[in-house]
Formats: sequence, C-alpha cells, structure tokens
Amino acid sequence: MLIKIKNSWDLKESDVTSEANFLSRRKFIQAAGIMGAGTAASIMVPSMTNAQIASKPGSNKYDGRDLADQQTSLDDIMSYNNFYEFGVDKGDPMAKAHTLITDPWSVTVEGHCENPGEYSVEDLVDHNALEERIYRMRCVEAWSMVIPWVGVSLSQVINKLKPTAKAKYIYFETLVDKKQMPGQVNRVIRWPYREGLRMDEAMNPLAIMAVGLYGRKLTKQNGAPLRMVVPWKYGFKGIKSIVKISFVEKQPVSSWMRLQSEEYGFYANVNPRVSHPRWSQSKERRIGEFTGIGGLSRQKTLMFNGYGEQVAHLYDGMNLRRNF
Amino acid sequence: MLAKKYRPWLRLLIHIICVAPALWISYQIWLWLNFETHVLTANPIEHITDFTGKWTVRFLLITLSVTPLVKLTKWRLLVYRRLLGLYAFLYGLMHFLNYMVLDYFFDWELIIEDVLERKAITFGMLALVGLLILAATSFKFAVKKLGKKWQKLHRLIYPLTIFAVTHNYMMVKADVLIPTIHAIILAMLLSYRLYMYVQINKNSNKIRIA
Repeated sequence: MLIKIKNSWDLKESDVTSEANFLSRRKFIQAAGIMGAGTAASIMVPSMTNAQIASKPGSNKYDGRDLADQQTSLDDIMSYNNFYEFGVDKGDPMAKAHTLITDPWSVTVEGHCENPGEYSVEDLVDHNALEERIYRMRCVEAWSMVIPWVGVSLSQVINKLKPTAKAKYIYFETLVDKKQMPGQVNRVIRWPYREGLRMDEAMNPLAIMAVGLYGRKLTKQNGAPLRMVVPWKYGFKGIKSIVKISFVEKQPVSSWMRLQSEEYGFYANVNPRVSHPRWSQSKERRIGEFTGIGGLSRQKTLMFNGYGEQVAHLYDGMNLRRNF
Repeated sequence: MLAKKYRPWLRLLIHIICVAPALWISYQIWLWLNFETHVLTANPIEHITDFTGKWTVRFLLITLSVTPLVKLTKWRLLVYRRLLGLYAFLYGLMHFLNYMVLDYFFDWELIIEDVLERKAITFGMLALVGLLILAATSFKFAVKKLGKKWQKLHRLIYPLTIFAVTHNYMMVKADVLIPTIHAIILAMLLSYRLYMYVQINKNSNKIRIA
C-alpha cells in the first residue's frame, strides 16, 4: 500500500461526500459510457484506497480562519469551463469537446533539453507515480473551485526531459485542429493557445501535470489527456490538451498576454491586491457554495491563492504590482 | 393599419413579450434557491448578470428603433415607445440589483471602488442613473409638469444607450461579437437621427431664406 505523506498545502476531504457529489459521480460514469470512453470508467489510481480518501490531515488555516474548502461537485467541474477551443460560452466545452481525439496523443518536446522528441502521455507521466492533489482553482474572472486532480509533479516530467542550463523558461502549446476543436474557427485567440512558466516556477512541487480528476481520467472539456495545473496562479495558466513542450531562453508570450497585455501578465499570480482593470480581485465566488439570500456569495481571495508558504519565495524582491 | 379595437390586445401582447424574459429568469432563480435543477449554470450570479444586461441593451435598442420604424412604415407605434423604455429600465434595475444584492451583498466599499475606479462600471452606472431619471419622469404628470423641458430631458436616452453599449463592450473578456453588433445597430439608429436633424435644419433654412 502506498503511504501518502500529507503536506502543509493539502486540503482536507470533506468529511462526508455530499449527495450532490455522489450523484454527480454516478452521472459522470453514465456520461463516460455515452462518450464511448469505456476506459474512462476504470479507476486510475489503484493505490488510492477508501481509507486514504477518508483520512483527514490537519486543518488548513489561514489568518486563523478555517478555509473549509469543500470539493466542487463533478457536475460543476465538467459543465462550467473556459476552453475557447470549443467555444466562448462556459457550456460549450461540455457540449462540443466530444470531437477531440485523445488517444493516440503525441507531445513534441523540443528546445534546450537533452531528450527532445515525440512522447506519448504514458512516456511523460509515470502512471505508477500518480497522486491526488486537491487544489483551489481561482479563475481570473473572480470565481473559484476546489478540484481533486490526479497527476504528477511537473518537475518529474521535466527531469525526464533533462533541460540544459540555457533553459530559462518552459513553454507549452495546445492542439490546433479545427475539426477536433470547432471553437478554433473563431479567431478570438490566435491559435494555438500558448502558456509558459519560469523554470523555477515549473520545478516547484505544487505545479503538476494532470491526467485525471476525481480519481478518473480527465474529461475532454477539462483538458484531456494532459494539462498543467499551477494552483497559485489564475486558472488560465493551466494550459489544456498539451501537444508541445519547449525549453526556451526568453520569456514566452502567453495567449492572454498577447490579447490584452494591460490586463493579463506573464506571471498571473493570484493577488487580491492587484485588481483586474475591470473588476476587483479581492474577493471570489466559490462555485456551488452560495446558499441563498444572506449567504456570503463571495469570500476573500488569498495571496497566491493561499499557497504563499510554498511559492512566495519564488518572487522575493519582485514588484508584483508591475509583474502581475 | 390596425383597427382601433385591436389596440388593447396589441398592447397586452407587447407586455407579455416584454415581461417573458424577466419571468423566465425569476423562475430559474427561484428553482436555484430551492436547490432544484435550473439553467443558470454552475455560476448562476454571472449568468443572471449576463442575461439581465443583455436584455437591458436589447430593450434600449428596440426603444430607439420605434421612431425610425414609425417614420418608415407609418405604423402607429409611437404609443408603445414609453412602455418599451420602461422595460429597458426594469431589466437595468434587475441587472443592478443582482450585482448589489446577490453578487456583492451590499459590500459598499467594493461597489464604490468599482464605480469610481473602473471605467466600465462607471459607464454602466451612468446608464442606470440616466434610465432612472427617464423612468421617474415618464408619467403623464411629469410630462405635463415639465412641458417643453420634458423632450429635452428625454434626449438623455442617446448618451445613456451609448454608455450602456460601451459598458457591455468593455465587460466582455474576449469575444466582442455581440457587443459589436449592438454598437453597429446603435450607430445606425443614431445616424438616422443625425440625418433627420440635418434635413430638418436644411429645410428650415430654406424656408427662412425664402
């Protein structure tokens, strides 16, 4: 049995699976069947037993306040997505992502590294090393979710590829194929979708390459078969359906920077003190947690999305207002 | 044109069409607050914001279309213009209340910061204040009381619609297609008025010269 050591950033599982979550799991299994992705129903993390799922780490406190992060229901995670490759509406990815072919999948690795070439997902992500990471995800649009990802540290993948000293940044691209991704007919973004990280950010243990969520394979609308998750940054940094990884010397230009450089920066660290030009970033709406009139629809956004202890040192001496 | 006896029915029909989106969204909100299946997505507040905002702009544009339509077709629609404008106000008010109550829950600090520091919200708020003034002075009593000033005051519809469309355009993240269409329609409606204004002035000059 695999013994998982809980880290300080670990979120606790809710004590009891809520009925909504339970029902949505069942729905998901049905949905997976409909999509013809029979394999999706096979459990991805065999080493994860029920006992581990029920285990409770120490409570996660910030400013003396219990974060009380409850996992967002799978229904919400699967139906509310920004994935413009399938359309600009939040419901488009769920409705249209079925056209994406995720198997076979090939990732091109190039640039300053010792092991460039074509890789399958299995070559890049060691399926025996998969672990569950329950992370808050803060969208730049001021809403958030709590998602139990399945994946490996990005650093594990990078170590396989052996970047050279010249590699200062890592750069990613999403698939471009109008047949598989009908939203790409709309040139709202100059395809492919591009993202990047500084090498030390990418090597931080919190950054992961995810291949699943809720213990199962990633759904297509959530970025199957391979996506990045960087929990201390706004959600758009988490590039989906990756087909290219490149090690580069210069800071890459990400898609949102290119589109609106005054509004979206390269770092895109969650920062309640630096507002988006059109809305405040000081608070966020947690999806699924609004309980009616008088309920608090917004909660305070935390610096680095609450992961400051693990990542703040990466930005020592940097002006985060300028490098937003 | 329409026989006089049918006019109350036409009025009723217009009311039904105008109130339908408001009833529909209210019903969905009721379902949501009762934990029933609804269509407001996983982020209902955002959806309500989009929905009510979109309908406000639509009703503003419809209201501004009445006069040109009457001039072109000679249909007697002018009597429905005020009603359509009041519906624009209703949707604008729903849009604002959703923002103030459901979204920010009377977080005045944040609301004031929004209005003062973010141009997009400033434009939206100006449009709302304009709509409020027009709605408050839309009744017979006010029309009588204000006399000639009434018409001047109600020209506020032009700047406030420009503000509303600008607000809409600025709030969209990347896909500006719909707000662009709104802006084009507005530009057409405003150019029509500019054209008429120039024509009338030309004619009156001629008359004066003659």
